Amino acid sequence: MDIVIEGMTKTYGIQKAVDDISFKVKTGEVLGFLGPNGAGKTTTMKAITSFLIPDKGKIFIGNIPVLENPLEAKKHIGYLPENNPLYEDMPVIDYLRFCAEIENVPKDKIDDKIRSVIKTCGITKEKHKKIGELSKGYKQRVGLAQALIHDPEILILDEPTTGLDPNQIVEIRELIRNVGKEKTVILSSHILAEVEATCDRILIINKGKIVADGTVEDLRKQAQGSEILKVTVEDGDINDIFTALQSLDTVETVDFIDKSTQTFEVKSKTGQSSRKAVFKLCVEKGWTLTQLSFVETRLEDVFRELTVNN
Amino acid sequence: MKEILTIAKRELRAYFDSLMAYILIVLFLGFSGFFTWIYGSDIFFIKQASLEVFFNIAFWTLFFFIPALTMRLLSEENRAGTLELLLTKPVTDWQVIAGKFTAALALITITLALTFPYFITVSSLGNIDTGAVFSGYLALILISAMYISIGIFASSITNNQIVAYLTALTIGIFFQVIFQMLASAFPGTLGNIFDYLSVYSHYDSMIRGVIDSRDLVYFLSVTFLALVSAETMLLKKRYV
Repeated sequence: MDIVIEGMTKTYGIQKAVDDISFKVKTGEVLGFLGPNGAGKTTTMKAITSFLIPDKGKIFIGNIPVLENPLEAKKHIGYLPENNPLYEDMPVIDYLRFCAEIENVPKDKIDDKIRSVIKTCGITKEKHKKIGELSKGYKQRVGLAQALIHDPEILILDEPTTGLDPNQIVEIRELIRNVGKEKTVILSSHILAEVEATCDRILIINKGKIVADGTVEDLRKQAQGSEILKVTVEDGDINDIFTALQSLDTVETVDFIDKSTQTFEVKSKTGQSSRKAVFKLCVEKGWTLTQLSFVETRLEDVFRELTVNN
Repeated sequence: MKEILTIAKRELRAYFDSLMAYILIVLFLGFSGFFTWIYGSDIFFIKQASLEVFFNIAFWTLFFFIPALTMRLLSEENRAGTLELLLTKPVTDWQVIAGKFTAALALITITLALTFPYFITVSSLGNIDTGAVFSGYLALILISAMYISIGIFASSITNNQIVAYLTALTIGIFFQVIFQMLASAFPGTLGNIFDYLSVYSHYDSMIRGVIDSRDLVYFLSVTFLALVSAETMLLKKRYV
């Protein structure tokens, strides 16, 4: 099932949380929803799950209009809200049973379903504990388990890895990757590495507007106007090397990265490459070139560029 | 309907798991038992085989206990954020409200059922009017339904349980006492209106064994109105 949002606007008081955004998520796609705090990620997700009613715009889940028919739309959605609210005084297994019943899982399949999500989410040992007694990572897994209990076609995950330790983050990511193979997933985060590792497509939102939309590669290319090289040269005087690099035709700027190892960052002019020139220069001067590599624009830079300047 | 029962079942379990249910049952039986059988103008004093004394005590005990039962139903879920999760499951706001209402009413019904030995005792002492006992219990259940729905409404307007408790009591005291006082203060139509709004005038005829459709309509419509108001409050949250 795909998700279509058309011209959605939501205002809190005088502040526009989401300002006329439109996008589409295709079936089977894992969409990463990025943006600084307060950009409108959570608002958008709440609107898709029909918890919030937008002022303007349309939302479709498959062919179901969410605003007109929320009950039908909700059946196809598994939702993990921000901060993962759960009934803390219920044992895990009872809670999952409650969720299965309320999601209309047929009676004879409830036990199987519970068993399978407990296995997928890795909470077998914790299933009889009260939710309130679990650590944050396990609570998060219970949150995911309840979202998966009715095998929904759409998963909406609002910051699924906040507060987890690095091992747990890797495990949850893998889990999302696995379930994301057959489902349409929207996942919000402000951890860029996470989005990079789990998502097919990225949507960056800032101040209620979409500022970028594409795969990780697309976004990199978009931000990376000019080639940046990392150059290490042994022998020779550091200042000589600096001036020599600076004087190359194709080079725009040169920066020191590490003076002790004589490593430089060389930024070429837009659309030009300095690799050959750097190599030839070293040969000419008899310097030993020990490193000549591309610096990839990191997603962090793309993110900062898009969300700070605007 | 199935959804309402699923929610009700969970709430009822939560009452028993949190000891709330046991505390309510023990306190209710303790209070009503003490004042019915031991203290003051007790059941032996009136020299009639009747449960009227018990009904009059339950009338007040329920008034104070029910808001304690309902105060957390929506306020706590709203504070913890679980309301968001519940409302994004395939259920309507009305089903959530009705489920919670059913759970609280079921707990009150269980509590009242535990006073059944009172009936057995009194009927062994004399010739008891079974019809009056039946309509008395019915009155208590209807009053409970009404105060539960007022309590749920109070719980829907705040995130704070204490505020919810006090709001429910404040609304409740109008029906319990103030309308009655106003009815005797104002003559004519206005007095009649206040008299109709007062719980006591409906309750009083019912414990004497008279079941009038006017009384049923009164209790059911106040209950329904309060539940619809609570539903409206839930809907309002979505438009923030």
